[in-house]
Amino acid sequence: MTDAASEPDKITGPTPDNALRAADKADDGPVLAADGKPLKQSLNRALRAQKLRALALIAPLLIFVLISFIAPIGDMLFRSVENQIVGETLPRTVTALTDYDAASEEAPGDDVFEAAYYDIFYAAENKMHTRLGSRLNYEMTGASSMFRKAGRGVDDIGEVYLDQFEDLDENWDEARPWAELMGDPDWISAQEGWDGESRMPAFELRSGIADILPRTATTYENFARFMQNEEEESPLEEEPWSVVHTALYQDLSEGDVSGYSGPRSDMLQGAADLVASPDFETISFRDGFEEIDEDWVTPEIWQIIKTYSPAYTSGYFLNSVDMQKTEEGPAMRDEDERIYGLLFQRTLFMSMVITFSCILLGYPVAYLLSNLPASRANLLMILVLLPFWTSLLVRTSAWKVMLQQQGVINDVLVWLGMVADDGRLVMINNQFGTIVAMTHILLPFMILPMYSVMSTIPPSYVRAARSLGATNWTSFWRVYFPQSVPGIGAGSILVFILSIGYYITPEIVGGTSGIFISNRIAYHISTSLNWGLAAALGSILLVVVLALYWAYDRIVGIDNVKLGG
Amino acid sequence: MSEAILTPIEKKPMGFTAGVLALAGAVAGLFIGTAQGSGLLGVVAGAVLMAGLAFLAMQVLGEEMEKPVRWAMIAIVAIAGVLLGGPPGLVVGALFGWFFGWFIYWVGLGRYRERLLPYLTGGQVLWHYAFRVICGAIFVFLITPILVVMPLSFNAENFFTFTPEMLRFDPEGYSLKHYRDFLTNPEWTGAVKNSLMIAPVATLISVSLGTLAAIGLSQSHVPGRRAIMAILISPMIVPLIISATGMYFFYSKIGLVGTYWGIVLAHAVLGIPFVIITVTATLVGFDRSLTRAAANMGANPVTTFFKVQMPLILPGVISGGLFAFITSFDEVVVVLFIGSAELQTLPWQMFTGLREQISPTILAAATILVAISICLLTTVEILRRRSEKLRGMSPG
Repeated sequence: MTDAASEPDKITGPTPDNALRAADKADDGPVLAADGKPLKQSLNRALRAQKLRALALIAPLLIFVLISFIAPIGDMLFRSVENQIVGETLPRTVTALTDYDAASEEAPGDDVFEAAYYDIFYAAENKMHTRLGSRLNYEMTGASSMFRKAGRGVDDIGEVYLDQFEDLDENWDEARPWAELMGDPDWISAQEGWDGESRMPAFELRSGIADILPRTATTYENFARFMQNEEEESPLEEEPWSVVHTALYQDLSEGDVSGYSGPRSDMLQGAADLVASPDFETISFRDGFEEIDEDWVTPEIWQIIKTYSPAYTSGYFLNSVDMQKTEEGPAMRDEDERIYGLLFQRTLFMSMVITFSCILLGYPVAYLLSNLPASRANLLMILVLLPFWTSLLVRTSAWKVMLQQQGVINDVLVWLGMVADDGRLVMINNQFGTIVAMTHILLPFMILPMYSVMSTIPPSYVRAARSLGATNWTSFWRVYFPQSVPGIGAGSILVFILSIGYYITPEIVGGTSGIFISNRIAYHISTSLNWGLAAALGSILLVVVLALYWAYDRIVGIDNVKLGG
Repeated sequence: MSEAILTPIEKKPMGFTAGVLALAGAVAGLFIGTAQGSGLLGVVAGAVLMAGLAFLAMQVLGEEMEKPVRWAMIAIVAIAGVLLGGPPGLVVGALFGWFFGWFIYWVGLGRYRERLLPYLTGGQVLWHYAFRVICGAIFVFLITPILVVMPLSFNAENFFTFTPEMLRFDPEGYSLKHYRDFLTNPEWTGAVKNSLMIAPVATLISVSLGTLAAIGLSQSHVPGRRAIMAILISPMIVPLIISATGMYFFYSKIGLVGTYWGIVLAHAVLGIPFVIITVTATLVGFDRSLTRAAANMGANPVTTFFKVQMPLILPGVISGGLFAFITSFDEVVVVLFIGSAELQTLPWQMFTGLREQISPTILAAATILVAISICLLTTVEILRRRSEKLRGMSPG
């Protein structure tokens, strides 16, 4: 037995007695927990631990949803404004176009054509010019073919110089002499010693060459880097592109190389003499482009390139509300080119019709179900839940079977003699088909929320109204109906949200007049490949849906969504 | 309420019975008449015939002869049906005969008031039954498309419609060839296999993560609960076409487009809201003191979860899982966007089949899917009732 055990009052530490004593001593002070810390602090700590535990349980799922769902949605929003392809593919042209007055009725000056020549040459080697062409084709019909032709045609401009240099000296179309002229001697020896498997020694320009032949040095460096990184070929064995010869001509016609004494100086001197001689054939970049396609010397294509050169654009959004970018800012498209406004209107209109028919059909059923004895209501509920659980494609194919011209409904009508055999009703591939099929598909989403609200309405209110002398209609309209409105609201928002973004059913039974905006989005993703426009249309639709979702959360509360009764 | 109040039923005046029957006969006669060529003749003949039959049954033969009269009606009208419309007429005729036999006595003897409150006026009684007929029509609208698919899937021809042989109930007109095609054609079996490989894994992911999160969400102090809930439910609210578009862009960046795991992840996300909703609903009725009691007796949190909490919320977890499963099993938009030729699922196969009108094998697939969904529906209903019984909320 220790002293402490025999005399409990002398124990120091958190015992109930000590806590009481401490509390007595500090009468005005905070209430203390058993360990002597203020109770408030202890409770806060416990609360914090509880919150952390809850968050730790939620975190894995939240991260999962954020990565695999919210991030894709964010990506789509980003794509609807992203427009880096023009600036990335034609960087020199975009810079050269800065001073170009897009409103003028003339094509830009020769410096722009020069920049475009180099840009398109590199783009063609990187196979980017067709992608840029199809991007600009969304804004200007024909741009795609112009860029395709330019990708093939820019070589012709360089060939003019290449051929003449080659006629002068075979070495101008050889890999080795060029490499000796442009490359650093150390790099050449390193490249010669390359074993063919490890990383190639990165190309380096010979010091001083960039001062004498600035353009040639840049283009040759681009060529050598491209060969090393993209093609994995040694620049010592590949003949340079014709663009390098063009650059050489430009340098020689402007600068003086007589002071040059490095390797291959005689070859360079000969070329300089050739360029200086009056027989040397030249071609201006502008003429070269005109030869490729006459549209290149019209102002339209340059205006389009200038308009769409920033990295972010509102162009897709303007497109999706039937507007376009012009010199004077956004403007409406011509009447006959407006399709999306009509499509949005139709989507909203048809969703409203579908919602309304769901209310009309769902209300009586929900009323009946909530007023029947439980056992019979459960039995009838199966008739509502079975379509709800049946595959969407099964229901859609069923409606195709029912509605088509040789379908069940037409067969029955013909059999009854109500329709002539040659006058079968057209009920599919139009708006009617979409509305009927989607009303059927979405009806359970209307009935279930209505039912859950209606089964909470006490029947005694209506009876009280009756006993006070109200007619059937008054007691329904003034007493029962107002209490069932929350159910109608919940069901309507749910059905409207679901129907506005529907894709499968309109695609199969909608034909051309019964399709929704979602079908157009799918078309742009898979057929026209105008992803930016698809993303912009999707973003607009998303905003509408989120606004409705917010309203739903406000009115019904997202926790109160019920599934299956 | 019908046990407490006995509504006296009495025989109605002959004029009333004959009038109602004549009206019903006229409506039926209109259909038969137009089918045979003359609507007007049908209306008159139907009205006269039914009024006469009502008089015969009520005044001449009386109540005791009810059974023989009704059988006779079925037989006579069925024979008349055969004469007018062949084998399909037999079925329709028998149904008409059965209905009118029942209707004559129901109206004539005033049985329609049996289950109603005694003080209702005639108009109210009429409205009561008219309302039921309207509701019945809506139920027919709900269920007919699903029922129509079933017989058509036994079609011997490659049509999406009833052939004359089928209507004659000729065995020649029926066959199992579409089912054989469904079960042997590699396109379809491959699609079923893909669906069965994707859906369970996606379900497993959404159920395990979803259940944990639902338990976290049901704690009393969760900061930002509303916002978290809104994010977790959003895959159900955002239109599928938008989700699919975003996933197509994003997943192609990280190399998941056209891969098995890409589809599994997408389907798992789409199934999560259903798991969250059902499991949180079950947790509302969960008694927290049970976990405290378990902890008090020395169980660690993991043991408490598996031995105490899990068995009680299992019905909710399973029905959430079934929802997630059917979401993945039925999903087509995302698969169309981020799937590939080797990863065609059953809905994809059905969708392309419907767009290109290939063969009624789709209907065989549809019938099998309806059978599966009936099984799932039954399971979910049983689980729901069991869970309600556990919580003492339902008398049944």
